[in-house]
Amino acid sequence: MLSFIMKRLAQSLLVMAIVSAVSFSLFNFVGDPVNNMVGQDATREQRVEIRQQLGLDDPIPTQYTRFIGNMLKADFGLSYRIKRPVDDLILERLPATLELVFVSAIISLFLGITLGIYTGIRRNSWSSRIILSSSLAGVSLPTFVIGIALIYLFAVHLRWLPSSGRSGTVDFGWWKTSLLTLDGWRSIVLPAVTLSLFQLTLILRLVRAEMLEVMRTDFIKFARARGLTERAINFRHALRNTLVPVITIIGLNIGGLIAFSVVTETVFQWPGTGLMFIQAVDFVDVPIMAAYLVLVALLFVIINLFVDILYFVVDPRIRLGG
Amino acid sequence: MNLKHILTASSIAVIVAGPALAENVLRWTSQGDALTLDPHSQNESPTIAMNGQLYESLVTRDADLNLHPELAESWSVDADGWTFNLRKGVKFHDGADFTAEDVAFSFERARHEASDYKEQIKSITEVKVIDAHTIILVTDGPNPILPNQLTSLYIMDKGWAEANDVIAPQNFKAQEENFAVRNANGTGPFTLVSRAPDEKTVMARNANWWGNGKFPGNVDRIEYRPITNAATRVAALLSGEVDFVLDPPLQDLKRIEATDGLSVKTAAQIRTIFFGMDQSVEKLRSSNAETNPFKDIRVREAFNLAIDRQAIKRVVMEDLAFPTSMITSPGVLGNTPENDPAVTHDVAKAKTLLAEAGYPDGFTVQLDCPNNRYNNDEKICQAAVSMLAKVGVTVNLDALPKSQHFPKIQKRETDFYMLGWGVPTLDSHYVFAYLLDAAGSWNAAGYNNARVNELTAAMATEIDLDKRTAMINEAWTLVQADMPYVPIHHQVLAWGLASTVDIPIAADDAFRPRYAVMQ
Repeated sequence: MLSFIMKRLAQSLLVMAIVSAVSFSLFNFVGDPVNNMVGQDATREQRVEIRQQLGLDDPIPTQYTRFIGNMLKADFGLSYRIKRPVDDLILERLPATLELVFVSAIISLFLGITLGIYTGIRRNSWSSRIILSSSLAGVSLPTFVIGIALIYLFAVHLRWLPSSGRSGTVDFGWWKTSLLTLDGWRSIVLPAVTLSLFQLTLILRLVRAEMLEVMRTDFIKFARARGLTERAINFRHALRNTLVPVITIIGLNIGGLIAFSVVTETVFQWPGTGLMFIQAVDFVDVPIMAAYLVLVALLFVIINLFVDILYFVVDPRIRLGG
Repeated sequence: MNLKHILTASSIAVIVAGPALAENVLRWTSQGDALTLDPHSQNESPTIAMNGQLYESLVTRDADLNLHPELAESWSVDADGWTFNLRKGVKFHDGADFTAEDVAFSFERARHEASDYKEQIKSITEVKVIDAHTIILVTDGPNPILPNQLTSLYIMDKGWAEANDVIAPQNFKAQEENFAVRNANGTGPFTLVSRAPDEKTVMARNANWWGNGKFPGNVDRIEYRPITNAATRVAALLSGEVDFVLDPPLQDLKRIEATDGLSVKTAAQIRTIFFGMDQSVEKLRSSNAETNPFKDIRVREAFNLAIDRQAIKRVVMEDLAFPTSMITSPGVLGNTPENDPAVTHDVAKAKTLLAEAGYPDGFTVQLDCPNNRYNNDEKICQAAVSMLAKVGVTVNLDALPKSQHFPKIQKRETDFYMLGWGVPTLDSHYVFAYLLDAAGSWNAAGYNNARVNELTAAMATEIDLDKRTAMINEAWTLVQADMPYVPIHHQVLAWGLASTVDIPIAADDAFRPRYAVMQ
């Protein structure tokens, strides 16, 4: 077991190094931050001097080594744009993103599993057909279109919810939460629903397909023959067996939610790390971009590591094979 | 309790509750937050505008961009430099007195190596404190437009800066956040209540401001929240969550106007959009022509005739542009009807001129264009490509984000490019110094006319206003004849407002809350 985990850890580190090196080299194509950092009055000499001070003219491998060196000292530098330490900024912004991801994961899990079971059991009813065809919108419409449509419906037209921003926050040390006030919930609903739609559709369709599969198996027929109630068959026997693949998918998709939150946060001006990343790209704020990419790579690697270890625990075949 | 008692009780309640009920809260939004509250760290328009609500300069501008006294009551120029008589009885937000020492300190700070204003005030060599309320700004030779250059030079409290270790602006190498980035102590009409960069900034009326009662504004509290996405920004206005949007996208203006309770204000912006043609190199980098066609005045004139500015205004800009033949907008000293003749569009003449210049079949060239900087920038370039095709010039368009476009101009790696230019000093000298002088840092056209260079240097030091205006006019006449650029139009700026708010729109796109009146 230990050697398995160690092996996986080593692989994760390698993945981290490669991902961060590749993304770092991409920065070369994003443009020059200096033009955004000085007024138009600045002379060309001053611009060259700033480039040199920031080390932007050094070869990419040199810049990357310096970045990794600083990173190991937990020093991501100062944002070019707002002149604040990047680690502080990320710590400030992370709770907003995590809460958004958390709420939308709950929405997509709850609705996805419920509707998946319903459409799996009543697969020929009209309501199932409506749910299934409207769920197509969730996978086919881009997130920003859904977001804007929700804003115009619920904020501009009906005026039930705020159009953007994160209000009603309560401080818990460095963690600012919006889950404790009505205002906070009002502001998180639209972005969370927008973010959850894609995952919701995915889970709904997966649960439905698994339910249909399981319902055809012998042990369900046997349960029927035993005279068990429909309720017991559906929930105690069928549902349990559909959940194994669903849990795997969910684990992997939490990372996807964080990645998708870049678009959702921009549409709803949700002050999380995704919005910060978009603003950084626009300004070529290299320290923030680098830190964000490393952070996202790290999250993915950790989630994958956990999933691997879970497999190891759950599936004896891997243990035997290893 | 009889009726009289009830009436008395309720009128007391009204009196007590009155001020709270009547508090005018202005909620507004724009795309980009101020980068910092440090007044000398970033020379960037939104940053200057927001800091101008907290800090003040010696001289300021009103919404019509006329110069007004702010922390200085009066000023005069003589051979030594400019003398400023400072306003008396002014206090900083923390209660400290405003004196000449603070002015001297602030100018030292703005001239510091890490300041983004050192270039703007480089003509100042010394700040002499005469007494507590008089200073002389000594310049290296006469500087006739010094007050114009001081309107965004904000004054900090020396004592506050020393106590908080911010005697210099933050430099690029710094690893720690400077105290002045998120805290402010100015003399301005508003005090800072809270600041979360990119999230929310709250300000409250400064009860001790010297200008209370002298300006029409009645805003008690300002809540600013940046919204990056244009559609979301408009939605916030439509849903009544904000009272004022500084930068609604042009395509949404009709929708805002059509909504009950909302209105739009537009004005000509101090920013001109134009194309530059590199006439300094021997051979263009992106062209099939053997020599540089742009060296020939006939080719440059042909380009000017081939572009149909009225069509760009009508089709691309939805009428929100002022076509021009001059790269300086109205409101700037030097923009006169003589210097800005009516635009002409003549395809036949353009073709003849190209043929005369030796390009009867045209040539190819690359047009470098930003796609996220100016109103409809990429679409203007696309229109220009098809207009130039009609005179036989094949233009390949390379539209890139601003952070990749501007370095091409800075590094002189472009043959034909789009640029927009604003004039913060409202004086033509700024345009000559950066765009038309042979050594100008943004003169990527490589324009070099000995007389224009001479006049640029001379107008920097001429104090006699009539003589100086004559120089400016002479220089513009030369430029009109040489046609180093292809001017397109002056941009229009538009503000979206709730009808309960009246804010005079300013051509520099700055929100000045001291003039904002709420119902």
